Amino acid sequence: MTGQPGANDEIRASEIRNVVNEHGNLSVDATTLGDEDNLYDAGMNSHSTVRVMLAIEERLGVRFPDELLTRETFVSLASLERAVTYLSGSS
Amino acid sequence: MIEPRIVRPGLVGSGVGIDLVEVDEVAEALEHFGTRYLERIFTAAEIRSANGGSDHFRLAGMAAAKEATLKALTPADGDAVPLKSIEISELDAGKPTVSLSGASASLAARTGVSQLSVSVSVSAGHALAVVLAEGISRVEPT
Repeated sequence: MTGQPGANDEIRASEIRNVVNEHGNLSVDATTLGDEDNLYDAGMNSHSTVRVMLAIEERLGVRFPDELLTRETFVSLASLERAVTYLSGSS
Repeated sequence: MIEPRIVRPGLVGSGVGIDLVEVDEVAEALEHFGTRYLERIFTAAEIRSANGGSDHFRLAGMAAAKEATLKALTPADGDAVPLKSIEISELDAGKPTVSLSGASASLAARTGVSQLSVSVSVSAGHALAVVLAEGISRVEPT
């Protein structure tokens, strides 16, 4: 990824929120959720978790390895951002 | 004097899981993500059994059974258990079976689960699966 880290962080966070909104099957608008709100409590199910993972991979050019396929990874927008940051090799 | 004690058989690693998958949701995921979707969830044998992925009803049934199995195994939030490590077969015969490998097999061993029973029902719109996980019978003092 190029550009300033701060800008990248914002773009990444925005993309993740958009993906969760489109594929997360939530009962609420993801733009209204806090970063640490529980996505499973907001309606995300196991099948939509897979869709969210594949869409993030597609849009942000990362791949979730098997060891990151945990509930902890997908439980919130913030946990997804942490995982993508880790997978992108930046902090 | 030795106190008499009552013993009864017990179970370790018991659990139950249920999952509901919309057939349309599977079809949409396939349309959007194609083979990436298939290959992240299903084993090669499962994809073959679903006519290469064109049988959405079978895919939905297997996806529900995999998720129900995962719930029955009761992983911790930090346990990584890829759905491909849970394989569903014999869906047509009316008596589906579950085979575990890799991470799911390790989780079952850790939690004492030795037997999984699965039931799957598929309608025009949904696939529903229930899985019962049971462990090794043992004698426990009461």
